[in-house]
Parts: sequence; C-alpha cells; structure tokens
Amino acid sequence: MTKAEFRTPTGGRIDRGRPVNFTFNGKALQGYAGDTLASALLANGIHLVGRSFKYHRPRGILSAGSEEPNALIQLERGNRTEPNLRATQIEIYEGLVASSQNAWPNVETDVGSINNVLSKIFVAGFYYKTFMHPQSFWMKVYEPVIRRAAGLGKAPVEPDPDFYDKMHIHCDVLVAGSGPAGLMAALAAAKTGARVVIADEQNEFGGSLLASRETIDGKPAADWVRDTVEELKRFPEVRLLPRTTVTGYYDHNYLIMAERRTDHLPRGLAPKVSRQRLWKVRASQVVLATGAHERPLVFADNDRPGVMLADAARTYANRFGTLPGKRAVVLTNNDSAYQAALDLADAGVAIAAIVDLRTQLGGPLAAQAKQRGIRILTNSAVTATYGAKRVTGVDVMTINGSGESVIGAPTKIDCDLVLMSGGWNPAVHLFSQSTGKLRYDDALACFVPNVSMQAERSAGACKATFTLAGCLAEGAAAGAEAAKAAGHGEGEVPALPSVERTEPQQPIRPLWVVPSTDLVGHGKAKHFVDFQNDVSAADVLLASREGYQSVEHLKRYTTTGMGTDQGKTSNVNALAILAKSLASPIPQVGTTTFRPPYTPTTYGVLAGRDVGELADPARHTPMHSWHVAHNALFEDVGQWKRPWYFPQGSEDLHAAVRRECRAVRSSVGVLDASTLGKIDIQGPDAAQFLNRVYTNAFLKLEIGKCRYGVMCKEDGMVMDDGVTTRLGPNHFLMTTTTGNAAKVLDWLEDYLQTEWPDLRVFLTSVTEHYATASIAGPKAREVVAELAPDLDMSAEAFPYMSYREAVVAGVPARIFRISFTGELSYEINVPAYNGLYVWEQIMRVGAKHGITPYGTETMHVLRAEKGYIIVGQETDATVTPQDLGMGWVVSKQKPDFIGKRSFSREDTSRSDRKQLVGLLTEDPNEVLPEGAQLTATADGHPPIPMIGHVTSSYYSETLGRSIALALVKDGFQRMDQHIFAPLGGKTVKCAVTKPVFYDPEGVRLHG
Amino acid sequence: MLTINCPWCGPRDETEFGFGGEAHRTRPADPSALSDAEWAEFLFMRTNPKGLHRERWVHSHGCRRWFNVERHTVTNEITRVYQMGSASEAAETAPAAEQAPATAAIEKQGSRS
Repeated sequence: MTKAEFRTPTGGRIDRGRPVNFTFNGKALQGYAGDTLASALLANGIHLVGRSFKYHRPRGILSAGSEEPNALIQLERGNRTEPNLRATQIEIYEGLVASSQNAWPNVETDVGSINNVLSKIFVAGFYYKTFMHPQSFWMKVYEPVIRRAAGLGKAPVEPDPDFYDKMHIHCDVLVAGSGPAGLMAALAAAKTGARVVIADEQNEFGGSLLASRETIDGKPAADWVRDTVEELKRFPEVRLLPRTTVTGYYDHNYLIMAERRTDHLPRGLAPKVSRQRLWKVRASQVVLATGAHERPLVFADNDRPGVMLADAARTYANRFGTLPGKRAVVLTNNDSAYQAALDLADAGVAIAAIVDLRTQLGGPLAAQAKQRGIRILTNSAVTATYGAKRVTGVDVMTINGSGESVIGAPTKIDCDLVLMSGGWNPAVHLFSQSTGKLRYDDALACFVPNVSMQAERSAGACKATFTLAGCLAEGAAAGAEAAKAAGHGEGEVPALPSVERTEPQQPIRPLWVVPSTDLVGHGKAKHFVDFQNDVSAADVLLASREGYQSVEHLKRYTTTGMGTDQGKTSNVNALAILAKSLASPIPQVGTTTFRPPYTPTTYGVLAGRDVGELADPARHTPMHSWHVAHNALFEDVGQWKRPWYFPQGSEDLHAAVRRECRAVRSSVGVLDASTLGKIDIQGPDAAQFLNRVYTNAFLKLEIGKCRYGVMCKEDGMVMDDGVTTRLGPNHFLMTTTTGNAAKVLDWLEDYLQTEWPDLRVFLTSVTEHYATASIAGPKAREVVAELAPDLDMSAEAFPYMSYREAVVAGVPARIFRISFTGELSYEINVPAYNGLYVWEQIMRVGAKHGITPYGTETMHVLRAEKGYIIVGQETDATVTPQDLGMGWVVSKQKPDFIGKRSFSREDTSRSDRKQLVGLLTEDPNEVLPEGAQLTATADGHPPIPMIGHVTSSYYSETLGRSIALALVKDGFQRMDQHIFAPLGGKTVKCAVTKPVFYDPEGVRLHG
Repeated sequence: MLTINCPWCGPRDETEFGFGGEAHRTRPADPSALSDAEWAEFLFMRTNPKGLHRERWVHSHGCRRWFNVERHTVTNEITRVYQMGSASEAAETAPAAEQAPATAAIEKQGSRS
C-alpha cells in the first residue's frame, strides 16, 4: 500500500480510486493510476533506486522528468525487458515489474561500492591511465571487467514480441511541447485554419501547468489546460500527440517524433496495436516550446538519496500528491526554489531552512516565505550532507566575501530531503539540433536561442521566459507568426487569458561550485556535476589542469554529458566550472554539440516494420523456386539471392564444387545467370556512345556479334566489364556485373544527359525482363540443338562471340555464344515469365548428358582457371586494364574514350605497378587464403615490405591442385620467380605464373 | 533530410536523389591536348566552398534526370534548382561562393525568425 504519510490527503492528478500494483526490486508495492514509477516509489518512501556508474554510490530520484540522470530502471523481464528507462517517465500499470541497475547483489548491499573507497583510481581519464599495463591485459582483463562493473542495464537477448510502425506527415505548424507556450501557439495557429501538430513527451498535455497552483482565466491552470485541449480537438486540422517525444530536428524542417502507444498499459494487452510509432514530419514552420530544466547545485556530497531538484519536489507534491520527504532543507541561488518551498510547506512538508547563496533577499516570494516563518539563511552554503542511503542532515556555513570559501562554524540541520535549485537551463536541444546558434545570457546565467537557421521560433521557458504571462503571450505570438509564414492568417494573435500578476524575479547568484570547508578535490567530499557518469567538479578541474581545455575534449576525457541523459542536468555546470578554471568567459568556452535523439529511443521504433524479411528486399530470379527445391545454398550478391552450390547427399561445399566443376569440364553444366545486369541501348548514336564508354572499339561491331568490353572511369581505373551484343543497326544489349548493374546505368545516364546530350541514345534496364541460363561444357551444343531444332548450331554457322534468335523449347529466345568458363557455352535468354519452364526443359533434355546445375562458387573456380577477372575481386578502383594484363582491350586507334587520357599519366603508366599474375603454391594442396599478403623474401626483420595480395584462390579440380590470382608489384617481371605468403605460423612459397591455368589457347572455347 | 525541388517532378525527399558532385565541370573536348597537371586539375580538384555550392543531383528514384542545385554548404539552404545546360545563365546570376560567406546567410536567415 502507498504509505499515507507520503501522500497529500487530497489533490494531484492521480486517481485515488484506482490503485495499481507493481513490483520494484522484488517488493510488491502500490501506487495510483496517474503515478509515474518515480512518484509511486516516493509515495512508498523509497528514494534509493540505483547505484552510480563508477563508484556505485547510492543514488535517489533527482528530477521529475526526462532529464533524470539517476533513476535508471530495468523494466520488465524476458523478451520485453528494457534497460535505462527513467523512473520519472515510466507510467505505472497493473503488474509492472521494475528493478535497479548496476548493483550486485542488490541496490541496498552493493559489492561494487568498494569503488567509492578506491575512488582515487577512478579520476577523469582513468580508462587511459590506470589500466595501461601490461598491454595484453586490456582486451582480456581490464575491458571486460570495466564493462561489467560500469554497466548500465542489460539488453534483452530474446526477439522483441512487439511491433512498431511509422507515419510520414506534412504540416503547416509543428508545436513541440504543450506547456502554456505550446498550447497557446497551437491554438493561435489552429485558429488560422493551419494544419497543426502538437506533440508532448508526457502522458497528458499541460507541461509545467500540471504541477502549478497558479490560475488562468480565474480557474486552476490544469482546468484551463483541459479546456484548451478540448478546444484544440475541435479543429479538424489539428493533431494532438501526447506521449510523443520530438526527438530529432534535421535539415529543411524535417523532424522525427517517437510516440509510445502502449507502454503505459500492461504488457501484451493490446497485441494488435503497434507498441511505438515513429512520426516523420516535414513541417513548414516549427514552434519550439520545450520548456526548461532546473540545474542542480554542485555542492559537497550533493548526490545522496533525498537530494532532489526543488521544482521536481514541487511537481511530486502538486501533480502526484506525493511528498518526497517530511523535513526539507532548500539550497538555492535564485527565486524559483521559494515557490517550491511554499508549495511543499502547504502540502505538509516541514521546511527546516532555506539556504540561499545570495547575499540579499528581496521580492514577494522571499517575503511570503518569511511571513510563513520559514528560516532563511542568506549568503550561506550547504557544506556537507549526512546519511548513507538517505540524507539525514546537512551542515550550513556562511560564505566568505569572495564566494570561494566558507567561514565560521557549521550549523547542522536535520532533514530527510534537500531541495536544490541552481537556476534554469532552457531546453535548447531541438533548437541546437536545427543548427540554431545560442547566446549566453549573463543575467540569467544560461544559454538561450539566438540565431535561427531554420523556419522555427522558440517560445516560453525554452527561450528563458519564465513567467506564466510571458509564456502564454510568446506562445500565442509564435503560433500566429508561424501560421502566417506557412500561408495561413495575417499573424493575428488571439486574446490572451488573464493570469495573476507576477513580480520580477530577483537576480541569480551563479556560484558554479558551492564553497565548502575543503577545496574541491581535497577532502573526502565529492561535488558531483554529472550524476549519471559520476563526474565531479574535481574531475573537471583535473582535466583542465591536464590540458583538456576545449569543452569537446573535456566531455570526452571526463565523459561528462555522455550518458543516456546527454547531460541535460550537467552540461552547463561542467562548462561553467571549466570556464572558471580557465578564467574565460562562459560564452568563449561554449557548449558541446546537441545531437538527436533528445531522449533514448528504441531500435524498434526506428526500424518500424523493416525487420526480418522486410529488413532488406531480396531479389529472386524466375528459377528461384527450382533452386530451392533442388537443395541450393544461396549467396547474396547485392540484393540478389544466387545459388552458391547444389550439394547432393552429405556433400560439403568443396565436394559439391569439385563435382560441379568436373561436370562442366567433362560434360555439361548449367548456371542461372539471370542476375547479370542487362541494359537495352537504342538510338542512332548508340554505337558512337558505346565507343566512348568502353575502352575498346564498338563502332564497327557487326550485327549479331558479341564483344567483351571494359569500362573505366576518367581516372583510368576499371569500373565494370561485360559483353555487349549488337542486335540491330541502332540496337545493343549490354551486360554488366550483377552488383554494378544500377551503378553502371546511372553512370551511363550521367554521361548521356550531362556531357553528351547531343547523342540520341536511350537506355533501359531490362535485367528483370529476361531469365538467363548459361549452358556450358563439351555437351552444351547437343543440349541446345535438341531444344532449338531449327537453329544451325555448327561452329561455322554459330561461332564463338555471336548471337542468334531462335525458338528454344517453344519459347522465343536470344542465344549468346559467350563463355565465362572457358568451355563451349551458350547463354539462353528468354522472357522472365518463361524462365522456369525453359530451365526445366534444359534439365530434362540435358539429363542424358548428366547436366549439372552449378552455382557461383563453381563459376568462380572455372573462371579463375581461365584467368577471367571479376570486377571488385581482382580490381579495387586502383587497377587499370593494363595492370590486369588486358592491354588488348584498350584501343590504340580511338582518339578518345572515358579513361584514355589517364593511361598516360605518370603514375598510371609506370611499368612497376601492381599487376595481375597467377600463383602456384609449392604444395599443390595448399590453398592460400584470399587477401593474403605477399612478400618478396621468405624471412627478414619486420617490417617486410608487402608487394601485393591474393585476390582469388581455389582448389582446382580440373588441374588437381590449388591456383591463385594475385596483384603483385612489378608482377609481369616476376614470371617464374618465387614470392612468399607469410601466414602467421608458416610462410608459403609460391611460383609466379601467367594468370591463365587452363586451355590457354582457347581450343575448348571455339570448339 | 533535404527537400529537393526536382525541376521535373517537384519537391521530394533527399532519399529519392543521388548526389553527383560539383556542377559545371565540363569534360575537356580533347583530353589528349591537356598536360598532366591540367588533366589532374579536371580529375581531382574541386572548389569545396564554405558557402554557395553549385552541384549535380539525379532523381534516381523518380524521373532519372540530372539537374543542378545551388546549395549553401553551411546552412544547407537550396537557393536555386535549374536544368542541365543552363550553365552560363547560372554562372551569371549566382554569386560566387567567396562573396556569400556563411555569416551573410546566417544573418539573412536570422532575420526570418
């Protein structure tokens, strides 16, 4: 049961008629509908919720919002477990199971807290200092131990049972935040008829008004919120999105928002509703009304459970009817904490004292506090806190004249709650993400939006406007202006609701480190700056002394602001302490970069439905189902699924490939080559165009003939290769490599449109229009002849590198007599929808010859035996055709083609470049690993110069030994010499050969 | 993510487009007449301005047409979109990059809010 002693008797936005049962660290607890996990824990008197990152110090709930650095929770178990959630944002539901993180065996008794005793070794940059020697210990000992010790939550290990989705929308005005400024902005924009989206990370709209006791239009602020939301709902073009965090602000007013749709419900209750939804918004105009975060004060041992931001305590009391303690000391440097003190006093918390760093008091809030008889100590500091798992008291001393130290004797004040307020930081995260420029406001001691870089405007507390009247007015104006800029209305501002008059605030006294009896870094006390990453003021000063004086260096060296909270409560304090140590003004030190996401976002919501089979589209050839039915294993080539090999029985890869190779060389095999890129090229200038993009001549290619061509980029490096066939006077069919098909088409299109728009050529991708079966082997002719009885298949009538149209198995087909295996070979192209049928007919007819389907692995072996290159395997954008020993494919006659000029560049024309050679290992059974480095000598002192690497390497069934291709420096001059492949434990001696291992005369090809 | 106003299809998300580097770099009519240094200048050297940059984009997942875009490299503001072949017109009307430093654009944009 909620303990009545920690609940106000009435009030708040919780539903006392609806108790909710939940479990925290194994303990059954109860809260009310409307509670967050944090408010429900506090209502049960629980402050200790976690152990800190490095020192394992006991930590309590610091805030009441998304900026929470301490209260990180592992929510739920099993496949729905989720780490690092902020207790301050979790809405409780029946059956919720939550636990603390970073504590073992439990949060009350944590072994890791020994680190606090050993804290001297965990100073700034300890990763780089303490765990240096011996070097071999890093990977095996230090890193795993640090990772375990310093871990936050645990990622789930089971698949996520929920699903997620995405929405893409456009709007005229997007309003981020639904406090007084955001609601007024949305209302003003809505009244113009603009399409408005208003999003807020909380479960209900209202922002700070939900915790306010102010009145608007003579009614409680929360009632005004309710009425305004009802009014907004009546506009058909307004979309209201609670539980939706605007989390990223990108170029051209593109924003993303993460909506939590079912996280407030018992898990699995709504299986047909997406758990979370990612909204991708293109907004004409944006109004940022993201509010502000209260800053902690950096004082001695400011991290004990029970030390809390003053306004957070006010929120717990006013909004959740929860009392975070019974007797509070308030430490402040500004006026806002007085409001918190007054509200808590009204709610029943005894205010033991307000300790104000400022020397003088003024203003109505202080007067009210005085009137209430609250003890106020000016020019005073909290110099120590007491208590282990809960604060039990503080020492208060008087600050000296310089503000650097304290004087006199400490006064001890007993308390179970310390409320601190170090001023307010406007939540400028989204503004900064939009690349807007900040300005430091000396009077308010905070960064404020200055120069907008996108179509956005800030309003309210995120622009350092902290009065209710100011927020309402600014919001209304911003909404009206935004709507006008988006083409709606004339900028008319709706009537503003009336509010109580607010007095000007008294100035802040920004003492960035609250002085205490010892200097920072001396004595046992720690002054925490970043609670989540356990960075203290001493760490910041140490980093500064060690030369990390840029704020970006400071961040990385100390890890300030690098936690899951991105330093929402710590960044300004850290850089102000750095500035002070450097005696530089704060604006000169500047801030680190704000990056999306604003709060941690699940991978699930970013992935949406693009998971599993939908993560990446798979492209299947028309014969895919046959391959699956025949046991094929597949290789991904780009998005294509290509048969890799077809194992029979218990064959492994090597056995299957040896069998497939034997079949092709001795009888006949068939390969599904449908994935090769096919580009249909037509137009009166098609031949001229090809003549410019290939290195060899194409102008005079005869109709019905095929030609192998190599394409280079302007730098002379090989980009792609393939066979192009002339189908008619103005009609060609180009083939490209499977992986480069789209790239080649884009590249050709680029030249046609931008360099040679005068050429009359049209390009069309026809890759998926045709299915291709490549029939290869000595019996290939017999198979094709039987399928195409009307075609004269004689070598004279249908020679190598020519093309015929024929009816194959009753289907009109294009037959290309080209070869990638070195065998007699025909590539049969039929319309894709006939592909499977024709393939089956090929298998039927070929059966008597033992026709064998083969995959890419066998294709690779067979082509390597012939020294045929694969672009991307033998080449890597630093290889010219000449380097490949393919000077024959480079025209000497053509005056120009793409890449030609580069062949005579000094570096390209060197004779000692890396060149393609064959390698034969001394031991015929030794298959070199692809990528193996090659050296000229077997041994010697390192470093031994690397002269090349192995590009392809296989065991050749045909030759009964291993073969390899390699790029070797000055390779052409090393023929018949020996080079070496150092492979860790051994060095393999290799003979350099020509890269053609089989049938160098091409007898089989032309047969 | 940028919004790019394709001259043929209208404003679309950046993900529909491919980037083609700096615009108005014409392939020399006779590369063989160029010295190695001149050819290297064409091959490798780009202006890389901080400011307005004229660049090529292709609507890969749309009309497949190439066109030119003038974009501010600091703010990513797109100031002009124009078709291929209108190079000379672009050169006349577009301010040179060094005459439009980022700060000018920042001031211009700042006045908008």
